[in-house]
Amino acid sequence: MEKGAIIKHDLKKAPKTGDWGYVYPRVNKTRCSGCATCVPFCPEAAISMKKDLEAANKKGEISSFDYDFCKGCGVCADVCPMKAITMQKK
Amino acid sequence: MNEELAKNFAPGHSACAGCAFPAIIRAVLGESQDPVVVANATGCMEVTSTLYPYTAWKTPYIHNAFENASATMSGVERAYKIFQKKGKIDKKIKFVVFGGDGGTYDIGLQSLSGALERGHNFLYVLYDNEAYMNTGNQRSSATPYGANTETTPVGKKSFGKDQKRKDLMAIVAAHHVKYAAQANVAYLADLKRKAKKALETEGPTFLNVFSPCTNNWKFPTSQYVRLARTATETNYWPLFEIEDGNYKINMTIENPKPIEEFLKGQGRFKHLFSEKNKHVIEEMQKITNENWERLVRLSK
Repeated sequence: MEKGAIIKHDLKKAPKTGDWGYVYPRVNKTRCSGCATCVPFCPEAAISMKKDLEAANKKGEISSFDYDFCKGCGVCADVCPMKAITMQKK
Repeated sequence: MNEELAKNFAPGHSACAGCAFPAIIRAVLGESQDPVVVANATGCMEVTSTLYPYTAWKTPYIHNAFENASATMSGVERAYKIFQKKGKIDKKIKFVVFGGDGGTYDIGLQSLSGALERGHNFLYVLYDNEAYMNTGNQRSSATPYGANTETTPVGKKSFGKDQKRKDLMAIVAAHHVKYAAQANVAYLADLKRKAKKALETEGPTFLNVFSPCTNNWKFPTSQYVRLARTATETNYWPLFEIEDGNYKINMTIENPKPIEEFLKGQGRFKHLFSEKNKHVIEEMQKITNENWERLVRLSK
């Protein structure tokens, strides 16, 4: 144990929870409106809005997922107002 | 990973897929401009976020025991005041306690009451999933009437919990706190506004946040936002705030949905949809209506 029994946050020690799920989210690049509704609801903070050349919205951004941590719960697909996210089997 | 969102609470924790409280933590702590110190009562949040040798918390964090999260924070806050007085520390620090409904409604109630009465400058955030979910769904005093839990099992004679839930907001308001509010994880803008107000208020403040539990309410992992929204749309979980003792309703639903809309997606209420238990749903509707009317009366 560390000095003073204090554990410091270290992402390298984090369990990779990405292997929990049997499904994972995929975004339809032409349907995603870049609204970022899915972002704050993700329990793993695994969604970021990233610039994408194929994005069909004005911002030019689409949801991008961190599959190292995504547990495949499907909340993002459920809250998406454009139905742009679908869950697919691994 | 979304760096901005994960600045206080990182992924890698072992909360169930589709759990609601990570969104609550990030929404509340994200509203603080100053550094935050977090204390945590025992519960799912504590167990899943601090799995040795990893911790998901990037803020200073202390867990002590089930019943004394508020008392622990009282000590931390008072020590900070002394250091400030002696000139050993000059930056502003915010103090936030997280607790589940077991650690707040039941086990931690006396320490919460003491800390609220002593007037420590801290924010208590209760994530309410309506039973002891960490140990496998035992009833707490936040469990609603009619719910099937391990300690109120459904059988030939029993229809689930036979008592109403405790009105904790009224108990908190009775401590003359400057600000207390009831919020819902599905309405994040409302939750953030309330968190900001609570953090800016001097003295003890309290937030009661609705947090659906996918594992023990028995609904699909993707549904927590939808279910939480239905809870407010049926008036089961109204959004309101109490400022200096004055109630204010934040969202009035025109034509609230019947309570069945909220119950039907959940395994813990599955038994209510039979001829025999029809009266339980009627009673739940009555309780919901009464609570809402009481709230309207108080907010006038």
